Amino acid sequence: MRKSNTFLACVFLLLVGCIATLVDATHRKHLAVSDVESGTALVRQFGLTDLALFTEARYTRHLSQSDLHSAFQDHPVALEHFPSGSLLLPPQRMQ
Amino acid sequence: MMWLFLRKQKYLIDFTLSSLLRRKGKSLGLLAVYTLIVFMLASVTLFTHALRKEAGLMLQASPEIIVQRMQAGRHALIPADYLQRIGRLRGVTQKEGRLWGYYYDPAVKANYTIMTAGQVAAPLTEIIIGTGIARARGLVVGDYLTLRSQNGEAYSFEITELLNEKSELVSADLLLMSPQAFRRLFNIPEGFYTDLVLSVRNPREVRKVAEKLTLLLPDTRPILREEVLRTYDSVFSWRQGILFVLLTGSILAFVIFAWDKASGLSAEERREIGILKAVGWETADVMRMKFWEGMIVSLSAFLIGYLAAYAHVFYASASLFEPVLKGWAVLYPQFRLTPFVDGLQLATLLFFTVLPYIVATIIPIWRTSITDPDAVMR
Amino acid sequence: MLIQLTDIKKVFNQGRPNEFWAIQGVSLEFEPNRVSCLKGASGSGKTTLLSMIGCLSRPTSGRIQLGERVISSLPERFLTDVRRHTFGFIFQRFNLISGLSVLENIMLPAYPLGLPYKRLVATALHLLEQFNLLAKADNPVEWLSGGEAQRVAICRALINDPQILIADEPTANLDSKLSYEFMGLIDELRQSGKTILITSHDPEVFDSAVVDRVVEMHDGVVLT
Ligand SMILES: Nc1ncnc2c1ncn2[C@@H]1O[C@H](COP(=O)(O)OP(=O)(O)OP(=O)(O)O)[C@@H](O)[C@H]1O
Ligand SMILES: [Mg+2]
Repeated sequence: MRKSNTFLACVFLLLVGCIATLVDATHRKHLAVSDVESGTALVRQFGLTDLALFTEARYTRHLSQSDLHSAFQDHPVALEHFPSGSLLLPPQRMQ
Repeated sequence: MMWLFLRKQKYLIDFTLSSLLRRKGKSLGLLAVYTLIVFMLASVTLFTHALRKEAGLMLQASPEIIVQRMQAGRHALIPADYLQRIGRLRGVTQKEGRLWGYYYDPAVKANYTIMTAGQVAAPLTEIIIGTGIARARGLVVGDYLTLRSQNGEAYSFEITELLNEKSELVSADLLLMSPQAFRRLFNIPEGFYTDLVLSVRNPREVRKVAEKLTLLLPDTRPILREEVLRTYDSVFSWRQGILFVLLTGSILAFVIFAWDKASGLSAEERREIGILKAVGWETADVMRMKFWEGMIVSLSAFLIGYLAAYAHVFYASASLFEPVLKGWAVLYPQFRLTPFVDGLQLATLLFFTVLPYIVATIIPIWRTSITDPDAVMR
Repeated sequence: MLIQLTDIKKVFNQGRPNEFWAIQGVSLEFEPNRVSCLKGASGSGKTTLLSMIGCLSRPTSGRIQLGERVISSLPERFLTDVRRHTFGFIFQRFNLISGLSVLENIMLPAYPLGLPYKRLVATALHLLEQFNLLAKADNPVEWLSGGEAQRVAICRALINDPQILIADEPTANLDSKLSYEFMGLIDELRQSGKTILITSHDPEVFDSAVVDRVVEMHDGVVLT
């Protein structure tokens, strides 16, 4: 087959794929409404304020609730919220 | 006219593909690296965007105002009579104290978030846990979980229920118990709460209520829902930023590589352009050909990279990012993100990945293609 | 189409210390449907003259007329157009583009014209057949022998069916047998109505019976 035809066919397929992702996204958004709602229900019921994404330390677990201004709150090598945290070493006895 | 134009472009594509295929290894290598970069950038963007959206949607239901007492710059327990001191504030429809905290479980080295709920049937012996904890400890409904209290005693709780796994993004590490059990476990006297929650019906009144609160209770700080939402908005752009910074190294390497490849016209390429001009190609034709060269490489890389990123983020749960996000956490929610993809996002990605490459391919050609074609005669 | 050159001059690096007058006033006429050969010592300006006739470059002064048209004063865009439709080039080093197949190389000059693909391929294959290269159509050009490469170069020069063929030292890389064969092909082309301009050092070329006229050059001027 002529090279340009092969290429254009591939691009066409990929474009269809891209459009499919948009369609898929809309579709799954509809499907996920109930998932989001079950999350929302929990949030409403218990007054949750944060995502359970980073559970290693207080101030990462409850980002919006914690006083962000104290470093090394929990785990000695926990990822710091402030860049300065990566410059300060944890206290000697904790290492 | 239209057909003529299309036919011309197809010929140019033919030629460009042939000349790309000539250096198959180099071209494919370039395409692979380029695709990988697009894949990483697209993954980060899609992931953070979707997470931000989902967080925004869920946290929309979080309390309008939370009142925290601060003591010596730290979060402290709040006395129940603060509820009375607040009294009747205009716009506040409901106010109550909450009890919650953290429990470090040495068995799995994980932090649980303990919240209280009145509905737990038998107040002192039953709990409900999130699916993250269940997974980490290998627990099912009916099992017992022993928690060690503040003064060293061990209490066993029966697990009566698991929280809906679909809400794991907010509930993976939750452990729900009755307020009585909570007070006993953490030795918190009656008459104290962790914080207070206020409901405000009219969103426009929230700020005013918060202002009144700071006057009324000077040792507290109100946390508004809009602040919570803003925190998540910015935290994801911040993490996205960090990832971008980490990616910069590889992007720079690629830029150098691509620049070298795209812009540095080798003597051979120069000769070729001379030949093309000598056999009747216009300068514009040569430019168009180079445009297609940039287009073919960057468009393929963009489309493949984007598709792979979509599959990675929304079908493989962004598994490549897990180590980064997980950090030192033992409990990590298993969630399938809802795809929030919009045209603007795609356009931005397209703009930042495809355009620079095309420009880099065309600009240097400008200089050589305006040189005299008679150079090939000698 | 008659080619008329009137007092053509060409200077390189004008105004600079290394200014060099490569052509110093040449007036010539090339009749249509003839084979003309430019000969002369190296550096005498043959290639420079040919490239001006072939619209690859423009004279510093003087007039080049192609039939009714004065081409020496045309802007670059139009020059390309004239070049594309009127001239076919055969270069000394053939200048085929390596990595592309024989067929692609031949079709190259026609790409910017946007002809229907099938028609273009048919024309190209017809040319290949004529030059006995059909079996090589899909080979990359690197595989070709010198003689075959030469014939491919001729095919490429002919793809747009030009009136005039310009060949700059076409036999420099060929042995005398192949040069002889080449002149045979030139003869056929002349008979099919082309005007042909050749430069050469090769006696096989300028002494050939095929050549109608020999013009000798020296230091940028025509001797006879
Ligand atoms: N771009 C240029 N800049 C400066 N000088 C040039 C340029 N092109 C050609 N010349 C000079 O013009 C003169 C004529 O060159 P040309 O190539 O026409 O000679 P020629 O007769 O074709 O020689 P040969 O038989 O060796 O091919 C040479 O002395 C060459 O050095
Ligand atoms: Mg020469």
